[in-house]
Amino acid sequence: MARLNPLERWALTLLGTIGFFAIWHGLAVSALLPRNTLPSPGAVLATAWQLTVEPFAGHTLPQHLAASLGRFGMGFGLAALVGVPLGLAMGRWRLLDDIVSPVFEMLRFVAPLAWVPFAALWFGTGIGGPVMVIFAGAFPPCLINAYRGAKLVEPRIVEAAQVLGASGLRIMAEVLLPGSLPSIVAGLRVSAGLAWQSLIGAELIVASAGIGYVMVQAQSNLAPAIVMAGMLAVGVIGLTLDVALRRTEALVKARWGQA
Amino acid sequence: MPLPDLPVQGRADTFVPTRPRAARRLPSFGVGRRNLVGALSLFGLFVLWWVLTTGTGIVTPYRFPSPAEFQGALDQFVTDGYAGGVLWVQAWHSTRLVLMGFAVAVVTGVPLGLLMGVSPRAEALLNPAFLLVRPIPPLAWIPLAIVWLGLGDAAKVLVIWFAAFVPSVINTWTGVRGVDRTLIAAARVHGAGRWRLLTEVIIPGAMPMIFTGLRLSLQASWTTLVAAELVGAFFGLGRVLDAAYRDINPPMIAVAMVVVGILGAATTQLLSQAERRLILWRA
Repeated sequence: MARLNPLERWALTLLGTIGFFAIWHGLAVSALLPRNTLPSPGAVLATAWQLTVEPFAGHTLPQHLAASLGRFGMGFGLAALVGVPLGLAMGRWRLLDDIVSPVFEMLRFVAPLAWVPFAALWFGTGIGGPVMVIFAGAFPPCLINAYRGAKLVEPRIVEAAQVLGASGLRIMAEVLLPGSLPSIVAGLRVSAGLAWQSLIGAELIVASAGIGYVMVQAQSNLAPAIVMAGMLAVGVIGLTLDVALRRTEALVKARWGQA
Repeated sequence: MPLPDLPVQGRADTFVPTRPRAARRLPSFGVGRRNLVGALSLFGLFVLWWVLTTGTGIVTPYRFPSPAEFQGALDQFVTDGYAGGVLWVQAWHSTRLVLMGFAVAVVTGVPLGLLMGVSPRAEALLNPAFLLVRPIPPLAWIPLAIVWLGLGDAAKVLVIWFAAFVPSVINTWTGVRGVDRTLIAAARVHGAGRWRLLTEVIIPGAMPMIFTGLRLSLQASWTTLVAAELVGAFFGLGRVLDAAYRDINPPMIAVAMVVVGILGAATTQLLSQAERRLILWRA
């Protein structure tokens, strides 16, 4: 496996990028595919741009994105607020671990999206339903990573805190939480990705606003350009979230990581 | 929670806790305290379910089914069928689509991952397309697949392929790059050709990572299939979920969820078995 010189690597990368768009564009303008199947990259960008001012499915693209991000924030925040403390507590108290684990393991096999019908039935299709589906998607990594992090905290430090008379809650907040922060943040990043993905799924199935709703409406209107503009928006937001959390993760590792 | 990759860290035995922890006082009856508490927990959950739905009726049938209603829906699904087919037909329809999409993804993804791992040229050339497509969640492909291929099976297989492809490629690629360079050099020195190097050093070395990728792919396949069938389908468990939701039939929703969960667990288990066989044989 020979190493490439940087110039060759750079050239190939450029070629790959250009090739990707060229093939896409070529397929779109050629007569190979039926009409109105694959819009060209330019058409997708133009559609996305147009959607920022012209309402589709009731709102403009930024308004839909705002609706989606609001649900995402609530579902993800709720998952973190419940998952992280529960994970830490399970790492601390074995009895709690033994009680919760089998239930958790059982529920984990159900795909988050399979919760959509119950979520819609219990909390409606507006905000509550999608938030519950996001919660179902985002909860497991929050819990698992907090649990692992708490298990990896040096037991002697916990015992030292115990000897000095710290209460269970204080140990959790002041020993286990900082000690497992790198693991928790790594879990939050995974969980944000799953939350974003579950949100799109939930909005495709039941919602009346949001980016997933835009895509499913465009699908029923047989408008692939709008569908792909939606995919573009979903991809860009997902990538931004991921980059932001990666940064945070690196910062937290540098500050609290155990070398 | 069984976490095999967790380093074992015993608590210091010299330290006597101020309060004996409740967990230590439970008898074990020779089955292991953990299993006993786990079984009690699941039993407690079942009792709670019964009490809430049947005993007191705090949770109405329109919210969540009682055990009896669940049983009734299961019987109905098995004997009369629901949303166009009996349990076995619907379950097989979904499982078949998952296996087809998964198989296509593995057959295309693993070789591509190998190629990108082995050849820096291929990696440099293909990586941009990969980086551009990757941030789009697999579920976001569902509307496009429906526009392209309609509500039938082809669209489902396409979406599952997209979902399962990425983890297959990435993990194979990572696995190949993680193969010990010394091993590769040693094989070369002993005169192994490209083909033998690939089949006898690189692929076995990357096998654990490849299987990690396959497990993630399989999970993604199920999630995506359920979502795709919920968005629009003629058959399958997602269709059952959707129909039960529209009929406001919570017992049937619960039955369909349980079936999806069991099938997901069963296929994952099969994959682990395959992994154990294959890697043992290699070693």
